[in-house]
Amino acid sequence: MSVSLTEKDKKILSGRTGAAARLAMSILVRMAEVYDAPRLMDVTQAHIDGCALMCDSGLEFAETLVARGARVSVPTTLNMIPLDLQNWRKQNVPEEFAKKAGRIASSYLAMGCVPTWTCAPYQGYLTPRFGQQIAWGESNAIVYANSVLGARTNRYGDYMDICAAITGRVPESGLHLKQNRKGQVLLRLANIAPQLLRDDTIYVALGHLMGGLVQERIPVIEGLPLNATGDQLKSLGAAAASSGAVGLFHAIGVTPEAATLEEAFQGGSAKEVIDVNYTDLRKAWSELSTVEEGARLDAIVLGCPHFSYGEFQQLARCIEDEKGRSLHRGVRVLVLTSQTSYALLQRGNFIDTLLDFGVEIALDTCVFHSPIISPHTKVIMTNSGKFAYYAPGELGVQVAFGGMKDCIHSAIEGVVSWEKSIWKRY
Amino acid sequence: MEKILIGRPLVAGEAKGRAIVSRQPLSFWGGLNPGTGEVIDRRHELSGVIVAEKVFVLPQGKGSSTGSAVLVEGIRVGTAPAAIITVRADPILALGAIVADELYHRTVPVLVLSQEGFDSINDGDYLVIKPDGRIEVRPYRESSGDESWDS
Repeated sequence: MSVSLTEKDKKILSGRTGAAARLAMSILVRMAEVYDAPRLMDVTQAHIDGCALMCDSGLEFAETLVARGARVSVPTTLNMIPLDLQNWRKQNVPEEFAKKAGRIASSYLAMGCVPTWTCAPYQGYLTPRFGQQIAWGESNAIVYANSVLGARTNRYGDYMDICAAITGRVPESGLHLKQNRKGQVLLRLANIAPQLLRDDTIYVALGHLMGGLVQERIPVIEGLPLNATGDQLKSLGAAAASSGAVGLFHAIGVTPEAATLEEAFQGGSAKEVIDVNYTDLRKAWSELSTVEEGARLDAIVLGCPHFSYGEFQQLARCIEDEKGRSLHRGVRVLVLTSQTSYALLQRGNFIDTLLDFGVEIALDTCVFHSPIISPHTKVIMTNSGKFAYYAPGELGVQVAFGGMKDCIHSAIEGVVSWEKSIWKRY
Repeated sequence: MEKILIGRPLVAGEAKGRAIVSRQPLSFWGGLNPGTGEVIDRRHELSGVIVAEKVFVLPQGKGSSTGSAVLVEGIRVGTAPAAIITVRADPILALGAIVADELYHRTVPVLVLSQEGFDSINDGDYLVIKPDGRIEVRPYRESSGDESWDS
């Protein structure tokens, strides 16, 4: 099928609105063929993932756009960048690396993007509204925007996000259209103890399991507690978008397009029904770790996706619960967050609890993209399914997965411990 | 016996090379090192395998939206697969190939193939891909040891 273009699209494609817009439009038109879209449609907001990866082609693409006069035409937020602009010297990031990362950041600012520099843009500035058509990159942000906010985006890869931001257009296809947002697979949580359903780690285990089971299909979860928090849904989505290609999930009574089963399936029925029991979740939970209890620990990494203020509060409580016990010598506790959440943290009344314990806070960036973890690091513990999924490949480390309490307790013990874990009791 | 399969080209072009077949999806970011072409997803069945200059045959991509950037960088450096064949259209992979084509004028074809066609390709088969989506498959046993098919 050939895509039909409006007069304005054609004008952009001809280069009459500038060479950058022309490049962006030619990529979009070719992508419309990939999506089998009949035409393009408007988006009113974008989130750019293309600024995250340090590589020459990414820098070249961004600088090419700037040199050709690119400007975004819709409000556009930015994902994390490969550099903590304030602390990179302390983090021993090489000067050359920092310079290049700075060029990536300046290029996107030159195009008019907002320096949010976070992979959790839904917990900061310019949160999209229900039904809003947006073009978002960053897998965890995409699944959150679609599922929890009810905004509409496809799973956009790097550089298509900025093309959409410049032109304000995307192929009319996929999750932008209501009929493509209906559930396909029903996951029923069966006989899970309510205490377990309140624990943060179950959301990660469920997300990890779900991504592997459904891949690109749209899952509907029945049995998730109605009071699941935004942070819990964020960790669920991030894990599912790592083990699978999930761009949208529904949770009955929890997410906005799924008040009832009927609504989630838009009057249709599930093509497949899967009962998820305790054993499945426990298996998923244990699969996330590649080391045994008692393994010597080098670091804790939290904030994948970026920590919210609420998660900082939770972390401070975990530290207080340890009643003054101190961090084991040689173990780093690193938390990744955005400047927006950090500004709130500075205004709050418990930042000293974190800093006195030895928590290091990195801003605007990601340990997968900025070299702030020593190459000698062997074992890292995390509360993130996404981090646990990618760290063995990206950082060449072993990982242990646990709740925030497990992480802090282990950091004190100096070894991986699940003593505090709910999975030990149920 | 050589057989012909017909794929749908998402990114059309010519390529040839030996097939590396996976039954599992892969996230290119976090799953592939663009500096070396090695599969680095330690949970993946191809962990440690180099896909550079091979025809990478997999059900689909998954995971990170940075997958397209990893493919662009792989194409720039020369560590990318010669072509990619999937069962389900994967816009993130197609996008990487399109951007590299626009930026560097280097084409890595990306094709979608039926499940039946996918199932009929074996690891090590020699594949020749044409711009119209035709895929000539020379089975491993017949093509191995015949250097002329590799040139």
